[in-house]
Amino acid sequence: MTIKGKAYIAGIFEHPTRHAPDKSTAQLHAEVAKGAIEDAGLSKDDVDGYFCAGDAPGGAWPMVDYLGLNTKKLRHVDSTETGGCSYIIHLGHAAEAIAAGKCSIALITLAGKPRTGAMPPRAAGAEADFELAYGATTHNAYGMCAMRHMHDYGTTSEQLAWIKVAASHHAQYNPHAMLKDVVTVEDVLNSPMISDPLHRMDCCVVSDGGGALIVTTPEIAKSLKKPLVRLIGHGEAMKGPRGGKDLDLTYSAGIWSGPRAFEEAGITPKDIKYASIYDSFTITVLMQLEDLGFCKKGEGGKFVADGNLISGVGKLPFNTDGGGLCSNHPVNRGGMTKILEAVRQLRGEAHPKVQVKNCDLAIAHGTGGLLGVRHAASTAILERV
Amino acid sequence: MSETKKYPAPVTNPETAAFWDAAKQGKFMIKRCTACGEAHYFPRAICPFCYSDKTVWEESSGEATIYTWSLMRKSPTGPYAIAYVTLKEGPSLQTNIVDCDLEKLKIGQKVKVVFKPTDGAPLPFFTPV
Repeated sequence: MTIKGKAYIAGIFEHPTRHAPDKSTAQLHAEVAKGAIEDAGLSKDDVDGYFCAGDAPGGAWPMVDYLGLNTKKLRHVDSTETGGCSYIIHLGHAAEAIAAGKCSIALITLAGKPRTGAMPPRAAGAEADFELAYGATTHNAYGMCAMRHMHDYGTTSEQLAWIKVAASHHAQYNPHAMLKDVVTVEDVLNSPMISDPLHRMDCCVVSDGGGALIVTTPEIAKSLKKPLVRLIGHGEAMKGPRGGKDLDLTYSAGIWSGPRAFEEAGITPKDIKYASIYDSFTITVLMQLEDLGFCKKGEGGKFVADGNLISGVGKLPFNTDGGGLCSNHPVNRGGMTKILEAVRQLRGEAHPKVQVKNCDLAIAHGTGGLLGVRHAASTAILERV
Repeated sequence: MSETKKYPAPVTNPETAAFWDAAKQGKFMIKRCTACGEAHYFPRAICPFCYSDKTVWEESSGEATIYTWSLMRKSPTGPYAIAYVTLKEGPSLQTNIVDCDLEKLKIGQKVKVVFKPTDGAPLPFFTPV
């Protein structure tokens, strides 16, 4: 059994806003749903599968009702919550449901407003009494990964800075990007230290907004007008300290989700023309590139240096929309925008200055939760048909 | 800052109550599985490695080394150092390094457990030896 080639991404939409104090969160979900449905050339009454995560107010059933989805037709719902990579997991689950005949037109939405107001705290698990008091945040949890990676492999702040530099080179061409200025390695190193060894410019933006996808069958996709983009491999995985045995914060669950996706797709990292890699922090990108097999463990620093991630310059163009580091990290969840830019690249709809030539194979990879504590990872391999 | 910082009281539950009762006596407890011999942290009734229910409480030496750390400099309650430390008995755990110059922390540095009060049971932290 495989989902290879059984589901196509027929509609995409990224909300242009990065600050939305005048809109409700549910409204943003509706706006991105409308955008993706229209991009596909479909109607909301065609949707028979709905996918959302923890950012959807009230969860799936209030959203299905609020969005006015056709409940006589809607026959598959999934509210898997794995933080920022939820939407990449949803993409895989939508393909599974489509392959099994459980739905034929799936809508996936993400939206929220962390820039306008504080987000509710993450729900705690059985570890609460033993961890919450120590104040793990995204910054210091990823800081701990970076600190150990530097210790074990000699990774430097300069190397991490190249990731932000590459993102900024791409963001200058995105009219919606929050940060459009091209920055240098020195700019990153001179930005204030937030949580050692991560500087402010090692961190992603906080933005309001959202995005949505329409996933459908090959037959329906071929009846529509958009360039054909299909899912050919998918993987998901989780990792945590698991009782404190053999703790190693230098790798993520991507070492499992990545190979699962590549194996299903029947390709290797060398075949990838464009990579959307989760960039909550620079260290997130570096670790994922290693874990996915774009370079050996410990060699991520060398791999990302000297512009190797800049489109038209380096060997692996990444996050050509400017990514979470410069453009958009809606609801502190970057998985959706990773898929959206990968689809734009495969369709040939990326900005001409960053469009990868003959882009036929792309990866969209994300993590959710805290890499330094507990997290999920999901990998999607997409192909232009 | 760490002296004046107010920490939340553990909620506790039947599975972990013995840990917090021991903490009130100044003892830092871990769990060990008598079936597979592995120690783990935080404490569980069922061994996370072999799924045996033959887990027993054991007092830890409280001696550990810093596996990794990060000094959070942007916090409304002042800078604090989050860390993972690896206990002499094996398990690694999340904590804060306290009562020291936070600018001088190093991976591999030796630390020991120290308890800080809350409105309920005290919480374990680590400080350089």
